[in-house]
Amino acid sequence: MTDLDKNRVQSLIEGEMSWDEMRNEVLPDPKDPDRFEKTRAVLQERVDWDDPILVPLNDHLYVVGTDDGRVVRADCGEDLCGVDDNWKRSCEVFVRDDAEEFEELYEEYMHVDPDWAFELREWYCPGCYELIDVDAVPVGYPVIKPFDPDIDTFYEEWQGRPAPDRGGDETAAD
Amino acid sequence: MSKPESELHDPETTTREREFDDVEPPIGWDGQTLQEMLDESEHLLEETGHYRGLDELEFKEQDPFQYEQMYSRLRGALVSARETALHVSASPIVREIGELCFQIYTPEGDSVAVSTGIIVHVHTGSLAIKYMIEEDYEHGRGIQPGDVFCNNDNDLGNVHTTDVHTFVPIFYEDELVAWADGVTHEIDIGGMTRGHDQIASTNRHEDGLYATCEKIGEDDQLYQDWRDRGQRGVRTPMYWDLDEKCRLAGCHMIREAIHEMIDEVGVDTFKQFLYEAVEEGRQIMESRVKERMFPGTYREAGFHPIQWEDKAWQPGAQQNMMNHLPVEMTIDGDGEMELDLEGATPPGPHPFNCAEGSMEGALWVYLTQSLLHDGKVNDGANYAVDTNYPEGSVVNPQDPDRSYHTPWATIFSTYLAVSKCLSNGFFSRGFREEVITGYGEPGDALQGGGKLKDSVADAIPDALGDYWPVGPFDFSCQGLGASACRDGLDYGYAMFNPEADLGDVEEWEQTQWGLLQLSRRVKPNTAGHGKYRGGSGWEGLHTVMGSEDVSMYAFSIPTVTWSSAGMSGGYPGGTSYSVRVHDTDLAERAAADEPYPLDDQPVGSLEDQIEGEEVIRDQDGMFFPEEFENHDLLRYQTSGGPGWGDPLERPPEKLKEDIEEDIFTPDIVEQVYGVVGDYDANDREFTIDEEATEQRRQEIREERAERTQSFDEFFDEERERVEESDWNDGIQYMYDGVFEQSEEWAEEFREFWDLDDDYSP
Repeated sequence: MTDLDKNRVQSLIEGEMSWDEMRNEVLPDPKDPDRFEKTRAVLQERVDWDDPILVPLNDHLYVVGTDDGRVVRADCGEDLCGVDDNWKRSCEVFVRDDAEEFEELYEEYMHVDPDWAFELREWYCPGCYELIDVDAVPVGYPVIKPFDPDIDTFYEEWQGRPAPDRGGDETAAD
Repeated sequence: MSKPESELHDPETTTREREFDDVEPPIGWDGQTLQEMLDESEHLLEETGHYRGLDELEFKEQDPFQYEQMYSRLRGALVSARETALHVSASPIVREIGELCFQIYTPEGDSVAVSTGIIVHVHTGSLAIKYMIEEDYEHGRGIQPGDVFCNNDNDLGNVHTTDVHTFVPIFYEDELVAWADGVTHEIDIGGMTRGHDQIASTNRHEDGLYATCEKIGEDDQLYQDWRDRGQRGVRTPMYWDLDEKCRLAGCHMIREAIHEMIDEVGVDTFKQFLYEAVEEGRQIMESRVKERMFPGTYREAGFHPIQWEDKAWQPGAQQNMMNHLPVEMTIDGDGEMELDLEGATPPGPHPFNCAEGSMEGALWVYLTQSLLHDGKVNDGANYAVDTNYPEGSVVNPQDPDRSYHTPWATIFSTYLAVSKCLSNGFFSRGFREEVITGYGEPGDALQGGGKLKDSVADAIPDALGDYWPVGPFDFSCQGLGASACRDGLDYGYAMFNPEADLGDVEEWEQTQWGLLQLSRRVKPNTAGHGKYRGGSGWEGLHTVMGSEDVSMYAFSIPTVTWSSAGMSGGYPGGTSYSVRVHDTDLAERAAADEPYPLDDQPVGSLEDQIEGEEVIRDQDGMFFPEEFENHDLLRYQTSGGPGWGDPLERPPEKLKEDIEEDIFTPDIVEQVYGVVGDYDANDREFTIDEEATEQRRQEIREERAERTQSFDEFFDEERERVEESDWNDGIQYMYDGVFEQSEEWAEEFREFWDLDDDYSP
């Protein structure tokens, strides 16, 4: 079984592990059963706010418990929306759909044919302009919410305690 | 439990000398017919939620050592059959690449264990066996000891036409105790064009040779008429014949191993073991979901463009099309996974239609690489996942008339979306190392064939004939997507087979006699951008020599659009394009010891390095069969994987390595990553200008603030385009098809864009 201590989880999050370390310590099955709590603890220490992280969504987004309910928050502290809403609706967006814009990223011939009305939508945090997601979709494609976590089922049924924003003991076993 | 000696297992007797006594139906267990066994199995699963109603694994709990030993022995027999039998084959696809696998099924057709290899077939054989049961082969066509059956009909249980299954029923006494199934990937199956992943066929009748759960032999011998049909039905009869013998030999090895096992442990123990192994597979899947994933709903979508308006041969296929492959994955509180593709486009006049069995097979090949690395992979896991591949859609046409030659295009795009759904779950649980943003799609770089000129043909063995097929497995080596803690693997991944391997070029040159490989090189700027970049793709250059009647084509993706993007701010890799140069001066250059081209780098430079009467440079990497003459050049490309994270977070020293290793070019690095410096291409040394880099990165951040718009502005602009159907005919094909196929998806579309109830694209 893998058994990463908090410092190793920190290294994993920072992308500091070599391939050998990754292969020997991190990738093998079965996995350390408390990885979720260790990860959550490391992430919590990295942000400048105290509301409990409930679920990490990606590099810069978390579902966070607040006095006003659960929100999607960027690590810069910007609250994007309530947990039930699609956070992309709160982002700043840049749409690439012509050759000149594609060729800022790709070489000629190695990007979408502009005649195909297919676009790259870049979603930026409105607080700090970190790029937090990219969609590659046809024109007119609805903006999908990628993940809608069932937070209470996870904490109550899989972890055996209420979520941290609902009185759960954060030190309970994963 | 008793351990009777099997009359069928006599090590002193070779297979061919055996005589088999017919058995009278019913041939199932305890006097049941196979149909009764299947009905009971389905009923018990429905009623209890457990395979065969087994809520406890009694044998495993009472004697775990013997249980595990039996599983290991069974799996060992399958792997051994594969590793031995592949040497019977002459096709490099089977012998060198290992594009074959063997599996064992219960009498009612549920897979228990699978060998290594193309494990996509863990479930496809199951469907074919169940078809034979439901069509009552037991009383009609007959299922007897020594019989041999064959299937490659995708609509009944297969992935694509060139995957051919051989089934052997395994009897003990008068009961059918199991089925053995061997699959090989043929280098040719007949059909309207050469190649093993055809692109020109538009319906079943153009796909090539089909065996529809057909009895092809008895008493361990193949029927003469079946062998004649194969010999006359494909372009490569020798490879066909030896591949078939390979499958049959492997199935017979498995039968021997099972008879030995039953002789040792007794038939009752063996039966109990089979059922418990399937139920354990189901339980492992559920527990692994709870260990790695987060309950909730995940949504992503894949897209596959088909730009055929000016390329397709058949009138009905001369249009631009896009397949829509939406994925909604739900994980409930019990750890049950549901996969729903509601909203997939209808099937079409192309070979990318994908039977339900193909989609299910692909699910297993992908889950074994992402969630079930060490589990018991069998149909138990299948029963732990609830799937909806909508009937009448491109992912489940339920129409045998369709062409199913190359469903991989549909599979690759779909499972990019599945990969992202799974990865969102892994990330949320802290398993960043298991995140995979996707992969470069393994479209075939090159397919086709030609004939050697008489003067050259004399130099090779007569048995091979003058025809040389082209089906290299260069597409086994695409870039893998990034994870959430490291870059993707460069040029070394194939979604369809976890043992990705392109083989030795020398092996292929002994098959593709008239096709010479001039070069293979890393292709810069194929990797998807990100804090962790995707793995890189590569490009190669071929020429033709000593041949005539040569035609070749490419099944390539992604081409004119992407299939999907990266994750968490990562971008997709570069798309593939094609260059062909006809009637060149290559021979004159070679004779004069002058340089010849090795790549198209910088992009657009190939034609400057060679004289040619005709240069075809196409942004679409996919092209239909085209004639080639000796010394013509053909450039192809593999794909890079998507990236993870904001590119501005990638450390400059990593980009220095990328430039020096030809992963990215300095101009792209400066534009995307904001890293500025001087590159000495001769010494492959990039020197970072730290001050300029800091300034450029700040500029990019400022540009982001300046050029972005609010969601509301985006929404208004995009909605206007929706109202005016402001897109090309390929996108129109997609929206028309989805609205026709799924009222549910159409409703959701209208709701999102706040459109009237009568809106249609």
